Amino acid sequence: MLRTVSVLAIFALATPAVAQDFDGHLKARQGMFRIMAINLGIIGDMAKGDAEYDAEMAQTAADNLVAVSQTNPLVLFPEGSSSEALEGTRALPAIWDNTDDLLAKWSAFGEAAGGLQQVAGDGREALGPALGPVGDACSACHDEYRASNE
Amino acid sequence: MIRAILLGLAALACLAGAAGLWLTRAHPVEAARFEGLTGDAEAGQTLFTAAGCASCHHAPDAEGDARLVLAGGQRFPSEFGTFVAPNISPDPDAGIGGWSLTDFASAVIRGVSPEGAHYYPAFPYTAYTRLEDQDVADLWAFLQTLPESDAQSIPHEVAFPFNIRRAVGAWKLLYLRNEWIRPAESTELERGRTLVEALAHCGECHTPRDALGGLRTGAWLAGAPNPSGDGTIPSLRPEDLDWSASDIAYYLESGFTPDFDSAGGHMAAVVANFAQLTAADREAVAAYVKALPPE
Repeated sequence: MLRTVSVLAIFALATPAVAQDFDGHLKARQGMFRIMAINLGIIGDMAKGDAEYDAEMAQTAADNLVAVSQTNPLVLFPEGSSSEALEGTRALPAIWDNTDDLLAKWSAFGEAAGGLQQVAGDGREALGPALGPVGDACSACHDEYRASNE
Repeated sequence: MIRAILLGLAALACLAGAAGLWLTRAHPVEAARFEGLTGDAEAGQTLFTAAGCASCHHAPDAEGDARLVLAGGQRFPSEFGTFVAPNISPDPDAGIGGWSLTDFASAVIRGVSPEGAHYYPAFPYTAYTRLEDQDVADLWAFLQTLPESDAQSIPHEVAFPFNIRRAVGAWKLLYLRNEWIRPAESTELERGRTLVEALAHCGECHTPRDALGGLRTGAWLAGAPNPSGDGTIPSLRPEDLDWSASDIAYYLESGFTPDFDSAGGHMAAVVANFAQLTAADREAVAAYVKALPPE
């Protein structure tokens, strides 16, 4: 009896601690996507004509995207941190059944970012066509592994 | 006397039943209506892309050119059951290669099969019913140029009472309307309206439904729960969406929101289709969305 109670007590203590552990992961991965969005935005606003073209800024932003693509995102997605288990995330459980596919899609993003990096300094007209594959790479992953807007 | 009343009631019940059967019967298009029309496959290709036919009818997980093989098999869960997209490739047995233009038109604008059965409105004929006859003929011409697939169509998984196809006839009396939802005061708005209300059938996901699954046109494009049960489809009404017209057009081309987040879910497929249309078409949709009134 005492043992049951103590086991339950451990569970009771453990649950919030685990949730807190993932809080850092959620912040980190959402921050990573925010970093990507901000850098994409610098280039995208130039491509759209909403911002003046600035070769150095465009190159820096593209370099940043490539740098992010060279990290392994899976460390930010520990088991049990899906949208089914936690509030505040749209990471679908399918991620953990398809980590190879997720990494393949991530490397497709890396390739597209590399294409952007090569032309970012070449003038405004080069940006739009190179952004297309980046958007496709984002969507390919979101399509399968991210829940729709709440 | 009692006997006469009973007989009268029985007769009334028969009449009501007959009236019900008559009212819920299938209405294919008249053969003469499409007889004089010749489809243009090239024009049909644009219609096909805008209507997103392949997005639902390609095989599950098909990528690239395989998306033009309309083998069916993708599953669409809803609160009425799970619908499975059929094979609409030109295969004469497994697909629709044996159909006439009239059969095709009956399916697309009336939701009626060549055998005279009602289709479930998971197939958005409620939107396609607003198409011009020539558009239907063009679409049919293009579909016939696509590769054949001999994959057998998979039956829908729909339980009683929704498995009674005749009930769809009653549903159509309530919800199958070919009038436009919004006025269009310019050529651009008219084009936007054709894309939004008919071809791209935006309302199917962006407009909430009532208890019978009919679109609540009074809350047109005001957002709705995702039919797949995953989150919410956003509202496009001005009080909810503050994007500029160029933001909307750019989103439809690139999938990037003004914050450079990217489209996901079925919207990623919609963007892939819109990216292949002209800039003028994307701008027309943006103009239509910007012209929506506040609720």
